[in-house]
Amino acid sequence: MVRRLEIGALPCDKYLIMKLNWSFLLAFPFFSVFALFFIIPLTLTFIVSFWDYTEYSIIPDFIWSNYQYIFEGCFDFNVDACLTFRTYASTLFYCFFAWLLTLIIGFTVAFFLAFHVRSLPLQIALFLLCTIPFWTSNVIRMVSWIPLLGRNGLFNEFLLNLGVIQSPVEWFLYSPFAVLLAFVHLYTLFMIVPIFNSMIRIDNSIIEAAYDSGSSGLQILTNIIVPLCKPGILIGSIFVITVVMGDFITIGIMGGQQIASIGKIIQVEMSYLQLPAAAANAVILLTATLLMIFAMTRIIDIRKEL
Amino acid sequence: MKDYTKNVISRRKMLKSTAAMGAAAGASIMLGCPAVHANEAPTIRYLGTAVNMGSEPEKRLFEDTGIKVKYISKTTDEVVKTILTQPNSFDIVDSEYFSMPKLVPSGSLLGMDTKRIKEWDNVVTAFTEGKVGGKTIGDQGTAPKKVLYLKGADSKEFSSEPSRYVTLIPTVYNADTLGIRPDLINRPINTWAELLNPEFKGKACILNIPSIGIMDAAMVVEAMGEYTYPDKGNMTKAEIDLTMKIFTEAKKSGQFRAFWSDFNESVNLMASGEVVIQSMWAPAITAVRSQGVPCVYQPLKEGYRAWAAGFALPSTAKGRQADICYEYINWFLSGWMGAYLNRQGYYSAVLSTAEANMEAYEWDYWMKGKPAAKDILSPTGQKLASVGEVRDGGSYEDRMGGVACWNATMDENKYMVRKWNEMIAS
Repeated sequence: MVRRLEIGALPCDKYLIMKLNWSFLLAFPFFSVFALFFIIPLTLTFIVSFWDYTEYSIIPDFIWSNYQYIFEGCFDFNVDACLTFRTYASTLFYCFFAWLLTLIIGFTVAFFLAFHVRSLPLQIALFLLCTIPFWTSNVIRMVSWIPLLGRNGLFNEFLLNLGVIQSPVEWFLYSPFAVLLAFVHLYTLFMIVPIFNSMIRIDNSIIEAAYDSGSSGLQILTNIIVPLCKPGILIGSIFVITVVMGDFITIGIMGGQQIASIGKIIQVEMSYLQLPAAAANAVILLTATLLMIFAMTRIIDIRKEL
Repeated sequence: MKDYTKNVISRRKMLKSTAAMGAAAGASIMLGCPAVHANEAPTIRYLGTAVNMGSEPEKRLFEDTGIKVKYISKTTDEVVKTILTQPNSFDIVDSEYFSMPKLVPSGSLLGMDTKRIKEWDNVVTAFTEGKVGGKTIGDQGTAPKKVLYLKGADSKEFSSEPSRYVTLIPTVYNADTLGIRPDLINRPINTWAELLNPEFKGKACILNIPSIGIMDAAMVVEAMGEYTYPDKGNMTKAEIDLTMKIFTEAKKSGQFRAFWSDFNESVNLMASGEVVIQSMWAPAITAVRSQGVPCVYQPLKEGYRAWAAGFALPSTAKGRQADICYEYINWFLSGWMGAYLNRQGYYSAVLSTAEANMEAYEWDYWMKGKPAAKDILSPTGQKLASVGEVRDGGSYEDRMGGVACWNATMDENKYMVRKWNEMIAS
């Protein structure tokens, strides 16, 4: 209290307030976009998740039944896991493997670009090459796998002609394999970009010093490059995990709609106008995703590292 | 100096011409507007699924009546959502009868006055009485006759007796069944039970739209002799459990190659040979065939699952705009459009006027189940059948007469959707 008064008495006070106003004005456009398209819709979703509904209307209310319905039977461990837990287990499975695979591939590609490609123009050219698939839409990139992987698809025909297999391989398409393949194809770039960005910022002299001190390549990788790439890895991971957690299109198309995802459940509920139920599911999905991101930022303090 | 003058002149010229343009524009806004309004072609915003929306009907409508139509095309579920949440975004809606138990209590649609429909007395009896060719057809599920009549113009209740006001003016309907690839199956298929036959393990498919998928599932369960439903279209929780248990087991054992939720997916699954037997809609069969792939809309001994759609106006409709909509509906039932629908393999609600607009050989093929005397063309000119071919399922009486149940909204809809999701997750 006293201290604040003291500061208030300082002659630069006026100047400070002016400065604050200016920074607020500068931040205002972003703030308003953020409020309009993020905070307000999210708050509405949260509010509606407590409303009641009928076949044709939603009724302002404060009830817990939407949440109760989601977790109905989930804590009875004598029977099989409930729909919600099973769906989250399946979503987490895809999330983990998509994350692991995109990380390994993304890290390797970024490593190659950053340390093995010496000339800058070539680096830029190869980097742009990675982005070419993104010139077409998400769905087209996914659907284009179907003629390759199908029962009478190119891969099966090729393998049959080679005599490697006697009958078409069924699990190429509409299977967990196909879903993961599509995820890796779609989202590896999200890993490459931030990791590459971290890598090119590493001072070469550090690596040279380590080399001069007799470090092996593996030691340099584990002791210098990976720790210094942590922010990039974290940002890439957040991208991949949030996208996969909410996905229902990829899982739908590549999994032949036989694989559950939270996104699909929300979509079905919305199409049957069960909007409060969908809102409740969305709140839970958001909470789960935020918890995962929170846990990751606990492991790597992104603010400190950047 | 010379240059300067020139510049001035050109600037003046420009100012002058700009002013003139501005004045002209202003005048046209001030004076022209009311006149334009009065002379403007009446336009209606038509909300619906894409079934009846084509550029041909749009052109023909304008030639015949001077009415312009603006299509707002959405999926079945989204049409319902739009009626409830944005009732002012359309002038006329084309909805399905099975949505009525959801829509009518909400009061968002106007009771349609049958006195204003010229052809009302000629609407097929499948709608008005639940009969085809004098024979009562299956009425399990949300059969149109159950949700056709209203107690009054503004009523939110259905009337079991015929009345002047109806929920929807019928337009189009059809009988759905399983589609098969005869070249890959090589034997006759005649029952819904074949969908779960282990012979087609990994090559069967059902649609992932719960309210329609459950009906197909029920047809299969009944055909297998597992259970006979009192009403497939309104199951109890125990019946839903039983149906979903059978399908969950089949899914776990790998019976299904995929599920589809989009019309085009069903076409691709069938055309690529991923699937040899599946739930399908009539135009999807046509699409597979037009790729040169054999595909049959297989009639099955247990009968068909039918659907029906019709026109309604939002409860806010009134005055001239409502008159235009009624005029449009009367045009729709006056024959040209009926022939257009029939030629796609659907059925039109007023057959007498459609017949007058079709060639005799077309009528014989589509409606009488007779072999095609000439090549059968779609409204857009694609060849659908060669000389001598017979329509799958035969005549109108055979197909619509064989209806076992209708698309439905169940009392336990919420529970059903949940159980369906559980099956997908299993």
